[in-house]
Amino acid sequence: MNIDLLLTQWNYVLVIILMMVGFYTVIARGNLIKKMVGLNIFQTSVFMLYISMGKLVDGTAPILTGDAATVYSNPLPHVLILTAIVVGVATTAVGYALIIRIRESFNTIEEDEIIDAVNADLQAEAQS
Amino acid sequence: MIEHAPILQIIIPLLAAPLAVLSGRRDIAWLIAMLATTASFLLSVHLFSIVHMLGVSITYELGNWPAPIGIVYVIDAANAYVMPVISGIAVVMTYAARTLVEQEIDPRDQTLFYTAWLLTIAGMMGQVATGDAFNIFVFLEISSLSAYALVAMGAGRDRRALPAAFNYLIMGTLGATFYVIGLGLLYMLTGTLNLADLAARLPMIGDTHTGFAALCFIALGLFLKMALFPLHFWLVPAYSTAPSAVSALMAATATKVSVYVLIRLLFGVFGVDFPGMLDVVAVVLLGLGLIGAFAGTIAAIMETDLKRLFAQSSIAQLGYMAIGLGLGTKAGVTAALIHLFNHALMKGALFLAIGALVAQLGTVTLASIRGIGRQAPMTSAALLFGGLALLGVPMTAGFISKVYLISAQIDGQAYIVAGLTVISSALALVYVWKIVEALYMHERPARAVKVTESPAQWLGAWILVAATIYFGVQAETVVAAASQAAGALISGVQ
Repeated sequence: MNIDLLLTQWNYVLVIILMMVGFYTVIARGNLIKKMVGLNIFQTSVFMLYISMGKLVDGTAPILTGDAATVYSNPLPHVLILTAIVVGVATTAVGYALIIRIRESFNTIEEDEIIDAVNADLQAEAQS
Repeated sequence: MIEHAPILQIIIPLLAAPLAVLSGRRDIAWLIAMLATTASFLLSVHLFSIVHMLGVSITYELGNWPAPIGIVYVIDAANAYVMPVISGIAVVMTYAARTLVEQEIDPRDQTLFYTAWLLTIAGMMGQVATGDAFNIFVFLEISSLSAYALVAMGAGRDRRALPAAFNYLIMGTLGATFYVIGLGLLYMLTGTLNLADLAARLPMIGDTHTGFAALCFIALGLFLKMALFPLHFWLVPAYSTAPSAVSALMAATATKVSVYVLIRLLFGVFGVDFPGMLDVVAVVLLGLGLIGAFAGTIAAIMETDLKRLFAQSSIAQLGYMAIGLGLGTKAGVTAALIHLFNHALMKGALFLAIGALVAQLGTVTLASIRGIGRQAPMTSAALLFGGLALLGVPMTAGFISKVYLISAQIDGQAYIVAGLTVISSALALVYVWKIVEALYMHERPARAVKVTESPAQWLGAWILVAATIYFGVQAETVVAAASQAAGALISGVQ
């Protein structure tokens, strides 16, 4: 394990930790709101992956100054992530809207209880 | 005007979507959807004829910005083949949706339904047309987000649509995010997101961990979206609880678009020579495809609810496409592309036929359709022919798929795989027979609902059944186009 590499590229270490925290939360938590939070953390880690890869040491904002020696950050990953953030906001909105509707019909937002209710529906259907 | 066809086929449904909601009336909203999908279909057929007759590819620069800087749409033999499939199915589904939506969706929500409907179609068309990897993600999300909303609209009939839509959202977003991670890694390596540029630069980077990780992330993300076994658990609840029109549209097109994007990226961008492509990803595709073919078929045999049954059978059919890709040869990709088209026709027909029964029977199960063969002859026959096509009976499109898939396997000397494919296809006979028996071999129970049918209900399904039979007999066009498409994607290999 090359410690130096990890220290100089600490941004990727952070991204991976955040990614796994989010991913684990999505999979392990039964509460639908917590799942959405996990999903958001997971998506945010990817935003940070893109943003940090565009950053150069001592790079400034990419604005044309006429000075050829100026070092710029790469604006393209940042712009891409603007789009991805918008997509993330839309996904979150749809997700929470669904959670509200689930709460209205099932009276719970716990995954186990919803699965029980769905199975009960299935059995009632099979008997009718 | 016509030179803008590559973008118009996407822009028209995209712009029609807000128009549908502004119209405020559900019949006008449907008319707008019908006109927009028809226009999109005609444009994609126009592009198909140019690309396949002249053997050229069309590059369309958005806003006149040339390739490395701007986003380009490149219509080549591969996506020119897939787009008429998507838009053609969309036209038939929109036509059939009129009756189904009227029966199943609250009148107040119907304009919104057509809005989401048009958006999901525009998103699917966009994913196929674009020549930019990040643009694929954007269109993927446009089509997915509206698909979640469409699935959730099934809640009016069945509250289980809500958790199904939520799970679909979680899985879909995870898949799309995996794809974006992979793209980020590719961008680090190559500094481009243009598909053609990526394909040109990737061979130069050689064997790196980053490149392999990018390949795995992209493949995994798309496996989730195409519902490859064992990442398919979102599909069955979503297809079985969604409104019938949505089940039909999605079963026919949604996963197919992801299959196309997978082919485009694996074979068109990474290429078979990319480290890890043939020895890891193709092997995984072949293995999971085979397991999926059996698991899906066996699960379908156990189901009694027809929507769930055919959703399970979709898992098996996607398995066959994965097997074709896993062979890693031109013949294998051709077989996958042929099956992509044929399966879209037959699954569309089956789900539309089920949709015609939903309003009268509630849940369409093997028990509730017992003996309707005489009361609803056209709908029952559509189910019968759709089932026969799934089995791969000669004179149906399914037969062509199976012939090309098995001959590709024999060419690739994958004899065991070929044997297993034949066995799993034969197993499909069990569930098809159960349906045929329920339809025709029993008297309708005396106290059961009397089923009626009208041409408006079965015409959509029959257009697709007719296409299934037509392309089962006249397969040359499809086979030639698919083979040209596969050639365009993997020009490097034989």
